[in-house]
Amino acid sequence: MVDLRELIQKVSQAKDKSELQILKTQFLGKNSQINQEFKKLGALTEDERKAKATSLNNEKKKITEAINYRLKELEKSEINKKLQNDKVDITLPARERPNGKIHPVSQVIDEISSIFSEIGFSVAEGPDVETEYNNFTALNTPENHPARDMHDTFYLHGNKKILLRTHTSPVQIRAMLDGKPPFKIIVPGRTYRCDSDQTHAPMFHQLEGLHIDKDITMGHLKGCLDYFVKEFFEVKKIQMRFRPSHFPFTEPSAEVDIGYRLENGRIIVGEGDKWLEILGCGMVHPNVLKNAKVDPKKFQGFAFGMGIDRLAMLKYGINDLRSFFEADFRWLNYFGFDPLDVPTSYRGLSR
Amino acid sequence: MIITLSWLKDHLNTSANLEKIIDKLTGIGLEVEGIKDSQGELSDFKIAKIVKTEKHPNADKLKLCEVSLGENKHIKVVCGAENARDGLISVYAPPGAIIPKTKMKLKIAKIRGIESRGMLCSESELNISNKSDGIIELNNRVKDIGKNFFKSKGEKSIDVSITPNRPDCLGVRGIARDLASAGLGKLSSVKKAKIKQIFSQPIKISIIKEKNQGCMSFGACYIKGIKNKESPKWLKEKIISLGLKPISAVVDITNYVMLDLNRPLHAYDADKIDKEIIVRNSKLGENFEALDGKNYQLKNNMCVISDRSGPLGLGGIIGGVRSETEFETNNILLESAYFFPNSVRKTSRILDIDTDAKYRFERGIDPNSIKEGLEAATNLIIKICGGQASKFSVAGKSSVKNRVIQIDNNRFKKIIGIPISSNESKKILNSLGFNIKISKKNFKIEVPSWRPDIYEDVDIVEELIRIKGFDKISLIHPERTRSKETLSFKQKLFHLSQRAVANKGYLEAVTWSFTDSRIDKQFAQGKKEIGIANPISSDLNVLRRSIYSNLIFYLKKNQDRGFPDISLFEIGPTFHGDKPGEQQTVLGALRSGVANRKSWDSKARNIDVFDVKADVIKTLIELGVEESDLTISNKTQDYYNPGRSGCINLKSINGTQLAFFGEIHPAIVSNIDLKEQNVCGFEIFIKNIPEPTKKRRLIKKNYLVSEFQKSERDFSFVIDKNYKAGDVERLINDVDKDLIQKVLIFDVFEGESVPEGMKSIAVNVTIQSMNKTLLEKDINEVSQKIINVIKSKTGGTIRS
Repeated sequence: MVDLRELIQKVSQAKDKSELQILKTQFLGKNSQINQEFKKLGALTEDERKAKATSLNNEKKKITEAINYRLKELEKSEINKKLQNDKVDITLPARERPNGKIHPVSQVIDEISSIFSEIGFSVAEGPDVETEYNNFTALNTPENHPARDMHDTFYLHGNKKILLRTHTSPVQIRAMLDGKPPFKIIVPGRTYRCDSDQTHAPMFHQLEGLHIDKDITMGHLKGCLDYFVKEFFEVKKIQMRFRPSHFPFTEPSAEVDIGYRLENGRIIVGEGDKWLEILGCGMVHPNVLKNAKVDPKKFQGFAFGMGIDRLAMLKYGINDLRSFFEADFRWLNYFGFDPLDVPTSYRGLSR
Repeated sequence: MIITLSWLKDHLNTSANLEKIIDKLTGIGLEVEGIKDSQGELSDFKIAKIVKTEKHPNADKLKLCEVSLGENKHIKVVCGAENARDGLISVYAPPGAIIPKTKMKLKIAKIRGIESRGMLCSESELNISNKSDGIIELNNRVKDIGKNFFKSKGEKSIDVSITPNRPDCLGVRGIARDLASAGLGKLSSVKKAKIKQIFSQPIKISIIKEKNQGCMSFGACYIKGIKNKESPKWLKEKIISLGLKPISAVVDITNYVMLDLNRPLHAYDADKIDKEIIVRNSKLGENFEALDGKNYQLKNNMCVISDRSGPLGLGGIIGGVRSETEFETNNILLESAYFFPNSVRKTSRILDIDTDAKYRFERGIDPNSIKEGLEAATNLIIKICGGQASKFSVAGKSSVKNRVIQIDNNRFKKIIGIPISSNESKKILNSLGFNIKISKKNFKIEVPSWRPDIYEDVDIVEELIRIKGFDKISLIHPERTRSKETLSFKQKLFHLSQRAVANKGYLEAVTWSFTDSRIDKQFAQGKKEIGIANPISSDLNVLRRSIYSNLIFYLKKNQDRGFPDISLFEIGPTFHGDKPGEQQTVLGALRSGVANRKSWDSKARNIDVFDVKADVIKTLIELGVEESDLTISNKTQDYYNPGRSGCINLKSINGTQLAFFGEIHPAIVSNIDLKEQNVCGFEIFIKNIPEPTKKRRLIKKNYLVSEFQKSERDFSFVIDKNYKAGDVERLINDVDKDLIQKVLIFDVFEGESVPEGMKSIAVNVTIQSMNKTLLEKDINEVSQKIINVIKSKTGGTIRS
């Protein structure tokens, strides 16, 4: 008879896998005692044979289980032993993975486009090099009009017929000449004025808006801008003030201020005792519509223009306009946006 | 336009305080830009005592004065005045003060090597008198040391920004009228002065009838026997309070009337006029010495006021030295004229002259204010300087008929969105000086002559809502509907490519559209230069022909700042002509430096062409181009290193140009003096990215994958080194399009055991069938075909 207990104890004390293998051969192999016992079964009567076979199989099963159990144990301790010696200094620097960034102007253009998309505006574009006619004359600013003084214009030639657009408004003319009313567009783009100091850059970005249909009134203009400003600054309450002003291409014309307060030197937009001008707007002048081949007796509407860079500065607390265009690695890294941070209306503008 | 409260009250009966007035001004479109003590900068000037003077070590005539402002405040000032001496009490101006005479702002300065903090002032420098020899002596004011020299009257001056359409508000009365209309008081009536006028104006005045005549009418008054002098105190203070400099009573009075009524005038010394006044067009080359001390060479067709000897003044712009009034002047001719805005503007632009008169005339003054101006000024001149006035003479048109505008009753509501009653309209318009006739259907409105900006019905609508208040407009919330896509395909590509490239570690830059021609020409590829006629500086003088021109400049700046490993990109316009539309949108990216710089586990290596190749290809795929459609060749541009750059075309080598990539030409890198010499980049031409006919997501092919065993075989060929890896790849791909799933070149080398002129190239080929498990025999067959093709097409042999 096999001393099962002794065998199992031996197995459970096997020092390593090779000893266990030896034990396995010894206890279950060809020459193992149990195998010998099996061979002897033939000499027994049927009843004896049955009973003996069952008990032998049981013993074999128990030994096998014990061996497998010990094997697992040994493997586990082997891994543990290996892990004991397999340690890296986890505080070493990770492999580099460069971070790209989106420029704040691009991010803000995306934000603005997303906001206006919700109320049905589509994005239009026009060339940076413009005719003097589209940039001024068609916009009801004839030659020798003093309003031209407010735009320090870059010209490509001495004859002043071709220039770098001083605002995005000429795209109004292009868009209207290009299609049929109604028009509902925004135009983000580069604009140029030959003016350069701490607060002015010779190139900056504007956003033009134009909505022309049969019954678009100043009430719609107010509603549209109220919606935009709240969405853009991501605040529910914002004080807003329309002030009469003058632009040759709108009549009536207004400038829009928003309320703010200063907290630790930072501008907090919303409510407060101070006003900040953010945009100009008005009802499109009938002369502009005529110049763009739109019948001012049938169609009317509003236009607005705002400085994208200024909006970016306000929203993201950037102080220096000139720094936008200096491509300083440190600045881009600091004020830039993660490329996965795509502004959308349903997920929200900012993450 | 600067106004003071007290001057405003000359025209406006109001009990409103300053704050209310400021709010209202802004509310009706006369934006207040700033408020300050009317004394403003004058409060900087302090009474001070010279404690001690020493000789300046480096200059004989200068003294080093220790100045006391009382208590223990002692300041060192360099002074050149002879009368500067120990114990003198005088007036001290600190750094930052603006000297009234010169309008110069004082700075802490080194004078002959010695620092001077501020200065001691003469009467002339403070515009008190013309006395300029020596500093002010105030010996009886010991008690006032440290106090303000100028007494503040607590008067505030308000800086109002007047839009170009409102010339009428360039006079205090115009502003008062607007405020009265907006309910802030009552506009006071103008007191008619009684002037004795017994003789006719003796100087003949004629306006020559000619094309482009810039003068419509010329009113004049001759005043004889005056005694010109310094203005009385009240007048001087008024003139100073609005930021002008007192000169003499006659000149100050003409300025006063201009600021008060927006009615520019000019006074000539009548004795200096050669016989008569002729208003005519100038002739080319005529010379004229203006009151600003400059000599102007006139062009043709400028409006000049002349006498028989030549020009006396430029109409509506500036007077001349030859007929200037002086303290000794006895007889004057007072001019009150109307010059056309266009004429004034053209002339002043050509000659680059800016004066208060020009500013007003070019915006359009009231053509019917000629007599009003003469009356006001003549009255004051006689009061202050004595003399006798002639009757007024007017050459040319004496008055202009007022415009009449008809406006539909509903027009206001149609544009603004809210109604206005006839009564309210009438009240507003009347108070602004309009006459109005109301009928059932429309209003007939007569526009006052001082409002050149009111032409048509919308202008009237603006006047009404301006005074009624924009805050009365109820806002209409926008509907959240969209009938058209927000972005076009190309616009989507713009945004997508931005984020695709940023995602590969590049920082987005936005740089000027103009650039330095010296850099630009290196990337211009022979395209014509597009100069800017009036650049902001000589190094921003052309429109960029390449996206690299600015980018490489800023790359250098960053390198110089100590950031050698840097990746920048920009997406924006480049220009190929000077006409609108001759531009295209290009995404350009530059990388420089070293990968794995100072890495504890990876080997450092220079960024090279294969880094940017990976970036550009991945980006193009992200933009929707099929990888298999990208055809790469070495047809690149001059500004790349010719041996280490490439071009990507669509579908074939001559297909649409999608991109360039490569190492920037070493000559350019050295010209621009980049510290980190290995600079690589790529350019993607957004307009050339093909637009799919269906939406990307909808054109995915059927999903086909093989469930059968795949096999990989490695080959190593020795071929002529002029064959490109891409050629080998294409040849193998074409051997059996059904069975060959992938070809990957994993090793290339020359030298060692490889014969001269040859290279070894190792290829891993994946072979798999869509419909069966391939047998060893099948695979060997394909392998043999590959070997045969390479041999027959390139002469390359398989290495054993």
